[in-house]
Amino acid sequence: METLQTILREPIITTVLLALIPLVFLLIYALVTLYGEMKMAAHIQNRLAYMENGWHGTLQPIADMLKLLQKEDIIPTAADKFLFILAPYLVFMGTYASFAVVPFSSVFIGSNIDLGIFYLVAASSLVVVGLLMSGWASNNKWSLFGALRSAAQIVSYEIPGVLAILGVVMVLGTMNMQTMTQLQDGGIHNWLILGGNFPLGQKLALLPFMFLLFVIYLLSSMAEVNRTPFDLPEAESELVQGYNTEYSGMKFAIFYLAEYANLFLVSAVVVVMFFGGWTSPFGEFMSGPVWGSFWFVLKGMFFVFLNIWLRWTLPRLRVDQLMYVSWKVLTPFALFCIIAIGYIMVM
Amino acid sequence: MTAFTTYFNDIYRAVSSAMIGMKITIKQMVSPTVTLQYPHVKKQMPDRVRNRLYMNFDDCIGCELCAKACPVDCIDIEVMKAPPTESLGETSTGQKKRIYVTKFDIDIAKCCYCGLCVFPCPTECLKMTDVYEFSEYDRTNLIYNFGTMSPVEIETAKLKVKQYDEEQTAKKAAAAAQAAAAKAAAAAAPVPAAAPTAPTPVAPPAAQTAPAQPANQEPPTTQL
Repeated sequence: METLQTILREPIITTVLLALIPLVFLLIYALVTLYGEMKMAAHIQNRLAYMENGWHGTLQPIADMLKLLQKEDIIPTAADKFLFILAPYLVFMGTYASFAVVPFSSVFIGSNIDLGIFYLVAASSLVVVGLLMSGWASNNKWSLFGALRSAAQIVSYEIPGVLAILGVVMVLGTMNMQTMTQLQDGGIHNWLILGGNFPLGQKLALLPFMFLLFVIYLLSSMAEVNRTPFDLPEAESELVQGYNTEYSGMKFAIFYLAEYANLFLVSAVVVVMFFGGWTSPFGEFMSGPVWGSFWFVLKGMFFVFLNIWLRWTLPRLRVDQLMYVSWKVLTPFALFCIIAIGYIMVM
Repeated sequence: MTAFTTYFNDIYRAVSSAMIGMKITIKQMVSPTVTLQYPHVKKQMPDRVRNRLYMNFDDCIGCELCAKACPVDCIDIEVMKAPPTESLGETSTGQKKRIYVTKFDIDIAKCCYCGLCVFPCPTECLKMTDVYEFSEYDRTNLIYNFGTMSPVEIETAKLKVKQYDEEQTAKKAAAAAQAAAAKAAAAAAPVPAAAPTAPTPVAPPAAQTAPAQPANQEPPTTQL
């Protein structure tokens, strides 16, 4: 299998590229998504959003970024300075570390490890630590409440999320994200959401469970990235932005970047697990390393779009509803799916 | 309903209502927006809109009816009756102007846009326009001075009025003196001293005030 390492034959350059390209991608993606989200929000409410800077306000995200860069970085006197400064970086680190195992294309994957998706779950759990840290260090009751909610939410939604991943791992028999993608290669009919690359009987039997797992993972991933309808940790109306109430300037921007990066990360996981990762939907047509990254980003952006769409549709859940959805709906369904998939795969 | 059916019913309702919501939002997203790009595009105001007051000073006859009608006293007018010999021109409605309007200020910050000042105006020189963008950084800029008379003109007018008044008083005095003289003459000759004393008290004050007044006033009079 060709990879960037084998193509370039220059370990230092490859390492640098593998480490930096996702970061550059994330920065550009964050600006695009910021713009896209504002535009979508506005158009859903029959407004126009940014219109002044550049054509239809396309330069506005850059202006916003410049503003955040030169803003005063305020640290509250009563805050725990060390933790306060550390928290946003930890949050972003957890998210960005997970990108190491995301296969952007058949040749581009940071680390092609066999524990891929397991590592991803573990690394992205670091985000909880960062959020709790920021809430505690802010020394602000809103922040603390936000952080506590966030911890409760992320920990409880990780269970159905991981169970859904487990179901997929049972079907594909691997945790390596590159292998997971390759197993779904060959066109849209081989994607796991349509039953995967299996004999017809098995495929049809898998179909409903795959769909259920997809919905379960989508919902729990939405909760993990703290977006509406699961944005209780931020809950602007009650908690004044929750854990990032006290943050300003670049630290706030990093929280934002981490949120958007996390959004793409969970979308990427959905894409890799159910929608064939970088594989082309037309089989051999339009496939290859470059087309692969195009398909991957396109599919990922579709789920980002879906997330934004849901965000501007549904109101925020109550805390007890949130827990109800996680423990009483998603988890039993995921367990049921796993048992069913076990039987199907054994047969 | 058993707990079992409620459970599944709840899930069904949650999913279906979310789907309905998403259908609505996506429809709204592609439907045309309603935003007006305000500074670039302005909304057409209704015909009888009451916004910033406009005053056509050329048509003002100084009747002060608007100031009296104003419920918040935002119109400040100072007037001076012109001598009948003076011609102030006519309004566009053909009415003769007889009063100097030395000051016509509208404090638009106080204005409550009731429009009550517009109707009493006999010459229809007050009007509410559809202009609504008149914010100012300084509150004093919100006092609109509609009066077009310059300080020089006001001083001239004052002088003219003064002169006319003096002439009038002089005339009156003369007339009174004449009348008194006639009276005295008619009454009889026994008191001849009354006739010469009568004009003397009137003339000196007139002579005194005439030079004294310009000295008290501002430089404009000296320029004249």
